[in-house]
Amino acid sequence: MTTNETYFIPEPSRWPIISASGVFVLLFGFILFINDVGAGSMIMTAGFLMITYIFFGWFGTVIDENLKGNYGSQVSTSFRQGMFWFITSEVFFFLTFFGCLYYFRTIAIPYLGGEGQLGSSNLLWDGFTAHWPLINLPDATNYSPPKEAMGAGGIPLWNTIILLSSGATLTWAHWGLKKESKNQLVLGLIMTVVLGLIFFALQAYEYYHAYTAMGLKLTSGIYGSTFYMLTGFHGLHVTIGTIMLIVITIRSMKDHFTEENHFAFEAVAWYWHFVDVVWIGLYFFVYWL
Amino acid sequence: MSEATIHDDHHDHHDHKPTGIGRWLFSTNHKDIGTMYLIFALVMLFLGGASAMVLRMELFMPGIQIVDPDTYNNLLTNHALIMVFGMVMPAGAGMANWMIPMMIGAPDMALPRLNNLSFWLLPMAGTMLILSMVVSYFPGTGTPVNTGWTLYPPLSVQSGMGMDFLIFTIHILGISSILAAINIVTTIVNMRAPGMTWFKLPLFVWSWLFTGLLLIMIMPVLAGGVTMLLFDRHFGTSFFDAAGGGDPVLFQHLFWFFGHPEVYVLLLPSIGVLGLIIPTFSRKPLFAYKPLVWFMAALTALGMVVWAHHQYTIGMSLNATTYFMIGTILISIPVGMMLMSFIFTMWRGAMTFETPMLFGIAIILMFSFAGVTGVMLAVVPADLQYHDSYFVVAHFHYALIPGSVFGLYAAVFYWLPKWTGHMYNETHGKIFFWWTTLSFNLTFFPQHFSGLAGMPRRIVDYSPQFADFNYLSSVGGMLFGLSHLLFLYIIIKTVKGGEKAPANPWEGSMIGTTGLEWTLSSPPPFHSFSTPPSVK
Repeated sequence: MTTNETYFIPEPSRWPIISASGVFVLLFGFILFINDVGAGSMIMTAGFLMITYIFFGWFGTVIDENLKGNYGSQVSTSFRQGMFWFITSEVFFFLTFFGCLYYFRTIAIPYLGGEGQLGSSNLLWDGFTAHWPLINLPDATNYSPPKEAMGAGGIPLWNTIILLSSGATLTWAHWGLKKESKNQLVLGLIMTVVLGLIFFALQAYEYYHAYTAMGLKLTSGIYGSTFYMLTGFHGLHVTIGTIMLIVITIRSMKDHFTEENHFAFEAVAWYWHFVDVVWIGLYFFVYWL
Repeated sequence: MSEATIHDDHHDHHDHKPTGIGRWLFSTNHKDIGTMYLIFALVMLFLGGASAMVLRMELFMPGIQIVDPDTYNNLLTNHALIMVFGMVMPAGAGMANWMIPMMIGAPDMALPRLNNLSFWLLPMAGTMLILSMVVSYFPGTGTPVNTGWTLYPPLSVQSGMGMDFLIFTIHILGISSILAAINIVTTIVNMRAPGMTWFKLPLFVWSWLFTGLLLIMIMPVLAGGVTMLLFDRHFGTSFFDAAGGGDPVLFQHLFWFFGHPEVYVLLLPSIGVLGLIIPTFSRKPLFAYKPLVWFMAALTALGMVVWAHHQYTIGMSLNATTYFMIGTILISIPVGMMLMSFIFTMWRGAMTFETPMLFGIAIILMFSFAGVTGVMLAVVPADLQYHDSYFVVAHFHYALIPGSVFGLYAAVFYWLPKWTGHMYNETHGKIFFWWTTLSFNLTFFPQHFSGLAGMPRRIVDYSPQFADFNYLSSVGGMLFGLSHLLFLYIIIKTVKGGEKAPANPWEGSMIGTTGLEWTLSSPPPFHSFSTPPSVK
């Protein structure tokens, strides 16, 4: 609820309309690109550059305004609540894919295998038996079935340890911020970034290994589809999170944050912990169980 | 400190308005952005309406007259998408933008620049939607989008390049809705004036709180669903192909997990408007305000978990079907309670019948009718007969046109004096009301009968036995469409001039609500409450 301090209303800004145009150009180019229309990749690159420019410009404006001390406590509450609801929507985005995985494993594939009152495989593909991970597809004409499924040991286990540790180092950095120890703050952030990059590299290697040695591809039927969709969107979020962490590290070096005023740090930390929790879900439901 | 916040007196009429086109393009003002939302919605209303009128012309008599089946299906798809995403949602968001900061005593929305981004994404999405129609006229782009707004695979996996444009239309709309919802929820939670406690909020604010929460929860699911569609189309995944272990029915679940709460996204803001209009013109406080809020919460929660009643015929297990049937029927309890509370508000009130009130009463009557057919459709054995017939078309048009569109019209007439500073012409308003309501009923009432007689929906042609009902429907449809020219005329006339509106043009508007919006001049100053008002 409002206090009597004056709420900061920004001056008219050109960033929103440029952002909207950038999104349009990027997606328009992407559509042409995936449909093999000539200029697609060029337009897509232009859109991507526009969005990059906006990120620098818009966030730069916000940082400037903050450093000028325009933001009162109520504005920073608005930012925090906004970030909270944004992460909530991200949670639902991931729940969608987890929900799909659940649906395939407990409803769709058993039905294909003839379970339940309306099991259909006897009509469509006689002899198909339900199993997970799905290696033998009902009809592999258009797909390339995998040779084997992902295990829970090895790289995924290491990645779990790495990502959980990165959560710990980030919290340690936060403690540093709280007790105004810049060294601890920056060191903690750098360790977090490094762990994020290692995670990214291992994940990239895992994909490479899966594609070449295991024959597990996006086109490998539903196991490959769900595997890459879930881990891929998670990987995308790790990438975004790492970029955010790098920005925050640089800003910490420049003494942008104080004990009271460090919304950006908190927002990135929440985001990183969210990515962390999603990984734990992935590890259990995609790799392990 | 920024220039924009220096004014501390909201009676100050020397506002520093930004001038020129930049005022609109770069706006951070909730009223200007609200106005842009409303204009966008009005344009889309005419686009969506025109496509509906073409559909009705085609169905005027059996046989294929004016559009070929593919164009018919394309127009049908776009009619729904334009009306749902282009018209009702932006209109609701525009009203939220205009009214919520004034109602809660805030200077503006919590995140003004984000607010502008939410708006400007809409014209981008609109352009992309139009591209999805246009692109099929180029050679080598495959069939036009012909799936209906539900985009069910496998048809949507097979259709041409237009579907890609549609998928990204939905992505942009989704981003826009999520950002708008985040902004509105944050505004309501964080920006209330001192003393504006939760249970002093006007019902409209409550309705948008729940709408915002729903949007935050459902739009990502639709985004996920259409992303999988995109991957199935272009990157060889098998989410919706049983040959690879997938399941086309999954998309229906995803779509309706979004789609059913979406109905409440469309409906709730209008219920909120009713919660202001009925007390105003009955000159009585809203009956059972607090329970009404809780029923709204119950509706929101129940609405999230009953989606599969749109898909009774897919072959779910008996347990699942039973669950979804019971859940759906349960929904009639909170909805019925809301309508009861409006009726009890009118009971022994000193009622007058200005245009907004006429719409208010019509909504209660006609929306109840949709509730009755809704319970019929919720019952599985009955639904197996009604499924995909015109009965369903009649049901959801009775739910959505009175339930949400008429609510928006009521709100337009209720708030036009506040927005423009001019009173609209009451006689014109009443003519519009009777014209639009009667023609609406003429359009959709016969569809109950053609549906029960077995006429399937979404098909360009029909068997001659349904000709009479369709003839009536089409005549009604033309009249209904044309009535909106009067609506446009009234709006333009009121914006341009007319009797000056006082700060509070409605005698009963502050009975039982805090009504902060009525303490401001009409039209309100550029910055509503630079310093928050105190609410007792």
